[in-house]
Amino acid sequence: MANHSTIEEDVQYIDNTVDQGAWSGGERPFKASYGKLMMWYFLLSDAFTFAGFLIAYGALRFSSVTWPVPDAVFSTAPFNNLGLGIPLPLIFVTFMTFVLIFSSVTMVRAVQEGHRENKNGVVFWMFLTILGGAAFLGCQAWEWTNLIYTEGMTITKDPFGTHIDSGTYMTADELKGAGFVETKKDGATYYLPPNTSDLEENRFYTKKDHHGHDLTGTKFKPEDSFLVTYDHNTHHYETSAYKTEDGKIRKEQFGPKAFGALFFFITGFHGFHVLSGVVFLLIIMLNVMSGLYVERRNGYEMVEKIGLYWHFVDLVWVFVFLVFYLL
Amino acid sequence: MANIDVTHEEHSVHDHGHHDDFHDEHHGDKYQSGFITTYIFSMDHKMIAKQFLITGMFWAIIGGLMSLVFRLQLGFPESDMAWLQPILRGWIVVDPATGIGTLDPEFYYALVTMHGTILVFFVLTAGLSGTFSNLLIPLQLGARDMASPFLNMLSYWFFFLAGLVMFASLFLSTGPFSGGWTAYPPLSALPQASSGSGAGMTLWTVSLVLFVVSVLLGGINYITTVLNLRTKGMNMWRMPLTIWAFFVTAILGLLSFPVLASAFFLIMFDRGLGTSFYLSEIFVGGQALDQVGGSPILYQHLFWFLGHPEVYIIILPAMGLVSEVLAVHCRKPIFGYRAMVYSILAIGFLSFIVWAHHMFMSGVNPFISNFFVIFTLIIAVPSAVKVFNWITTMWGGNIRFNAASLFAIGFVSMFISGGLTGIFLGNSAIDIQLHDTYFVVAHFHIVMGIAAFFGMFAGVYHWYPKMFGRFMNDTLGKIHFWITFAGAYLIFWPMHYLGMAGVPRRYYSFTTFDAFAHFEAMNQFITVAAIVVFGAQLLLVVNFFYSMFFGREQKTRNPYGATTLEWTTPIHAGHGNWPGAIPHIHRWAYDYGKDGKEFIPQTTPLAEGEKDEGH
Repeated sequence: MANHSTIEEDVQYIDNTVDQGAWSGGERPFKASYGKLMMWYFLLSDAFTFAGFLIAYGALRFSSVTWPVPDAVFSTAPFNNLGLGIPLPLIFVTFMTFVLIFSSVTMVRAVQEGHRENKNGVVFWMFLTILGGAAFLGCQAWEWTNLIYTEGMTITKDPFGTHIDSGTYMTADELKGAGFVETKKDGATYYLPPNTSDLEENRFYTKKDHHGHDLTGTKFKPEDSFLVTYDHNTHHYETSAYKTEDGKIRKEQFGPKAFGALFFFITGFHGFHVLSGVVFLLIIMLNVMSGLYVERRNGYEMVEKIGLYWHFVDLVWVFVFLVFYLL
Repeated sequence: MANIDVTHEEHSVHDHGHHDDFHDEHHGDKYQSGFITTYIFSMDHKMIAKQFLITGMFWAIIGGLMSLVFRLQLGFPESDMAWLQPILRGWIVVDPATGIGTLDPEFYYALVTMHGTILVFFVLTAGLSGTFSNLLIPLQLGARDMASPFLNMLSYWFFFLAGLVMFASLFLSTGPFSGGWTAYPPLSALPQASSGSGAGMTLWTVSLVLFVVSVLLGGINYITTVLNLRTKGMNMWRMPLTIWAFFVTAILGLLSFPVLASAFFLIMFDRGLGTSFYLSEIFVGGQALDQVGGSPILYQHLFWFLGHPEVYIIILPAMGLVSEVLAVHCRKPIFGYRAMVYSILAIGFLSFIVWAHHMFMSGVNPFISNFFVIFTLIIAVPSAVKVFNWITTMWGGNIRFNAASLFAIGFVSMFISGGLTGIFLGNSAIDIQLHDTYFVVAHFHIVMGIAAFFGMFAGVYHWYPKMFGRFMNDTLGKIHFWITFAGAYLIFWPMHYLGMAGVPRRYYSFTTFDAFAHFEAMNQFITVAAIVVFGAQLLLVVNFFYSMFFGREQKTRNPYGATTLEWTTPIHAGHGNWPGAIPHIHRWAYDYGKDGKEFIPQTTPLAEGEKDEGH
């Protein structure tokens, strides 16, 4: 761009009556172009947005008595149900994280090739970066789908208590004859045998499976029996029992609602950043292919700017990963 | 008034300026090729500044009128308001038997809420720092324009859009949001909480998210321009205090507004998707809601993390403008330039670690409060440094009393009066008595409402010629000043007494409280004073638009004999500000009364053996 070369000429211009030096005016401190500075400041502000969310996470988590154990929540991976059937704690998210971090490596290579004014190199490495970003988004889509449809977690419902046994949630049928009754008190789990009039009369009772979905027909049948947890505050019965591998039935409170809400909100906000990044990477890669940046002769600065953004998004993931999957 | 030798000045710019590739094509370039690009979707920082200012004035009038309506209710609660029905429609409930109209209490809360939101965000943030950062940063630094004129234009239009959405919310049948400008949950998080909490709050949130975008786009631009686009010789220590103030203001905005956006995104989820980030154990009509586990205090933390820096986002630009206006019109260098800069930086830093002093009574741990009390009180130190420096700048000065300098002096008075009550409120123990009373209302209106307005007025009167090439009428300006100055104290001084007597803020009416009955006359007095002061502001509006076309013409480039760069441009500067070379800077911004000269412009090279004062 013509403008840029003029700035370079200005640097050559020496006026002895004026102080010289990076901060003395007429210079760009740290030789950072205005575009790069703006990207840095945008990232700074965005970091504060994420910080706001993570602080909300911390505040809600530490005001909650219990919190789900990540190993139990994120314990599956695609194709796991095709026969493997063993818990894979954090294996899948490790793969996701690796893909995203590796896309930062390819991004660095793209920027490097840009400094060398090597158009084909830039395109090649940017393409790999876009692949990495898209792969990460695909993984996230699978993870969300799994959590929502298989595990029954939504932004308003968290089926994960603090249990650490591996086990499966029980269906209504399995609950029949589970065989123990406790007195109805807050937080307690107890067995409701078939034909209990209590159920019919309690208008707060909603019959749901462990996904939070209404059971077939949503019409309560008197012959059904359930293991339910009674919550005094909300007057809700929730089916929340699960069966361990050795066949024992354990009771479990539903986990703090904030877990589901925070998880989907924060990983969603991050995923939205990744998605925007992929879109911008794509646009800029097309611009690189068109030769738009060749004539600017500024070492593909646009690639460097989107690179800054991409590394930032990866860095944020490290924190998201830390709070949801490790702590 | 001192006139500068124009030919000498042009000569100086020519000799010592530098040429970039700028070509002055007055009607040809992409910035000013037609009516739309010149006046509407303008990318020229001077035009964007005027857009911010005039939009801000529009909102100031709306917000001011709202305050008059609720002041009428407070001053004359029993009186007939049926005459307002043609404007307020259904919000005035007319008793069919007696024909007496009363203000709907829901709408009273909506008015209070909108008054706060509009004044804080639209007038004193966008209208003040948006206007003067845009106008002065490129002009005083010797830049052709902002770093990104396009983003700068977007910044205004996002603000405009935010205003449009907020304006639309005023016409909802359920009324605009009515839960206070701080929008605490549950009133803000539950659409069913009050009539304004539904559609009104939805539009309020959308509007403010757009506003955050506007502030960020503007702020990123201001910071980058200050760092990268200073002309040769303009090192950081030669920048006028206005620029320092705008610079730190932009940083504060950049770091605090995103957190507000976070808070609003979470509230949107609570409202629309049934999450419970801010809600727990809520009963509506005897029914327990599903939402459990959230924390309303969390919202307050996130909100005030913006909210406190926000008051400095409002007051710092006013401080910068006042410093500059005082130095120019006292014909003296600003006293303690470096101390002024360091106190701006200190205030900026401290503003981030005092937010919980708004929450002493919200149920935060009293031991945590100690921390916030200490840092709150420490802010008094840099603030006092600034006040003493303004006073010592005036001391022994050859002061020109015009509208601009009077408002600048008025600012100092207001800042002291309001600042002192801040020391009361900053103590968590005294806050137990004073919180949520009219004492708080009086405090913040004087220290960041009136004071910021005074700084803004000083700026408008002072830089009006820079914007329009004409002067505002000074006599009218002085009348405007004296009525506003006296009136502001008459409105807010009595409120301190109300507050100390425990009169709570935000109440619709006090007629049912025996304890406050004897304040009826005082409330009437305040209302009358408010009406008079609002009327005086119309003088400014008339003066502003009249002078645009019929004001005294600016004949010389530097009518005030100021040292700074904005007065070296042509009177009607086109895009790019300087038609030829950009001037170079050789000295700090405050060489007044030096070496027997009344003033030495920053463009004048240092004489043999002369030392630059800024260093």
